[in-house]
Amino acid sequence: MQDLGIKVLFMGSNFERLLDGLWVTIHISILSVLLSILLGILLGIVMTSKNIVVKAVTRVYLEFVRIMPQLVLLFIVYFGVTKTFGLHLNGETSALIVFTIWGTAEMGDLVRSAIISIPKHQRESGLAIGLNSSQIYRYIIIPQTLIRLIPPAINLTTRMIKTTSLIVLIGVVEVLKVGQQIIEANRYTVPNATLWIYGTIFFLYFFTCWPISLLAKFLEKKWKVN
Amino acid sequence: MDFEFILKHIPMYTEAAILTIKLGVMGILLSIIVGILCVLIQYYKVPIIRRIVSVYIELSRNTPLLVQLFFLYFGLPKMGIKISSEACAVIGLTFLGGSYMAESFRSGLESVDKIQTESALSLGLTKAKAMRYVILPQALSTSIPAICANVIFLIKETSVFSAVALADLMFVAKDLIGLYYKTDEALLMLVISYLIILLPASIFASYLERRLRYAGFGN
Repeated sequence: MQDLGIKVLFMGSNFERLLDGLWVTIHISILSVLLSILLGILLGIVMTSKNIVVKAVTRVYLEFVRIMPQLVLLFIVYFGVTKTFGLHLNGETSALIVFTIWGTAEMGDLVRSAIISIPKHQRESGLAIGLNSSQIYRYIIIPQTLIRLIPPAINLTTRMIKTTSLIVLIGVVEVLKVGQQIIEANRYTVPNATLWIYGTIFFLYFFTCWPISLLAKFLEKKWKVN
Repeated sequence: MDFEFILKHIPMYTEAAILTIKLGVMGILLSIIVGILCVLIQYYKVPIIRRIVSVYIELSRNTPLLVQLFFLYFGLPKMGIKISSEACAVIGLTFLGGSYMAESFRSGLESVDKIQTESALSLGLTKAKAMRYVILPQALSTSIPAICANVIFLIKETSVFSAVALADLMFVAKDLIGLYYKTDEALLMLVISYLIILLPASIFASYLERRLRYAGFGN
C-alpha cells in the first residue's frame, strides 16, 4: 500500500495545486513582513523616545501582542472585529492585519534594541572628526544598525511564514486546506494519501524556511567580527 | 456585554485552560529533556547520532507546529501508528520544543570558556564531574533567559491543539461563537484566560532574568 500513496501527488495537477496553496501562505507572509519592516522601523524609533506616555503606550502594545498567541489575535480580528464593527473582512485580509500588527511589534523591538545598542561614543567620535549629522547617520549609525538588524529580521521572516500556517484555522484556502481537498477527493482511490500529502506539506514548509534560516545564520556569523 | 453568559461559561474555560496547561507542562518538560540530550550528543560529538540530531533540529525549527501535528495525527495512522489526540499534542510540542531548547542550551555551553574545562580537568576532576560542577552551572545561568522565552513560546504554540480535536481554549471559544453567536464575550474570556496563563509566566521570566547571577569567570 505504501508505494501507492505517492502517486496522488502526481495525479492531475495536485502538486501544482499544493504549490499554489503554499504561495498563498508565502504571499501573505511577504506582504506582512514588508509592512512590518516599514512600520517596525517607525515604531522602533518612536520607542527610543523618552516621553513617558509614548513609552507606556508602546510598551503595553508590545507586551500584549507578544504575549497573546497569534491564533488568538487572528480570532479577535476575524470573528471579533468583523462582528463589532459590522465589517466584512475575509480570512486573507484578517491575516494580513494580524501579522502586520504582530510583526510591527516584533520588528519595533528589534529596531529599538539595535538603535540603543550602538555606543554613544560612535556618534561623538563622528562629531569629533568633523562629520555633520547627516553624514553621521549615513556612515556610522545606519550601517551599524543594519548589521545588527538584518539577521534577526530575516529570522522574523521564517517565523512569519511558519505562523502563517495558522490561517487555515480561519478558513483561508492555503496549502493545508488544498491538501485536505486532495485527500478528500481521493479518499477511496488512495486511502493513504493523508500520509503523503501532509508529509509533502511538511517538507514544502521546510524547504521554504530552511534556506532563509541558513542565510540568517550565515550573515550573523559573517558580521559577528565587527 | 452579557456578564451572565460569561459567568455561566467560566467552568468551560477553566477546564480547557487546565487541559492546555497540563499538555503544555508535559510538552515543555519533555522538550527540556530532549533538548539536553540533543545538546549533550552534539557537545560530546557522538558520531552518527550527532548527524541525526542536527537533521532533527533543522527539520523541527523550520516547520510549523500545525503541520507537524497534522502529520502526526492524520498521516501516521495510515502507517499503522495510531496516537491519541493528547499524546499527539505532547509529542508534537516536544518535537518542536526539543530543538528550541537544544539551541538555547548550546549557546549556553558555548559561552563557557574552554579554559574552564581545561582547568577542571587539570585539577583532577573527571569529565563527568567537570560537566556537573564547572560547566553546567555556568552554561545554565547564561541560557536561562532563552529557556524562559522558549517556555512562553511553547505555551503560546499550544493554541493550535484544537486542530487535532482537543477541547482547548481556542476550541471552547470557537464553540461558543458558533453556538450562541456571543463573539465578544467568548473572545474576551479567551484573551483573559491566556493572560492568566501567560502573564505570570512572563513576569516570572523577567524576574528570573534580573535576579540571575551570570557566570562571568575566566573571561
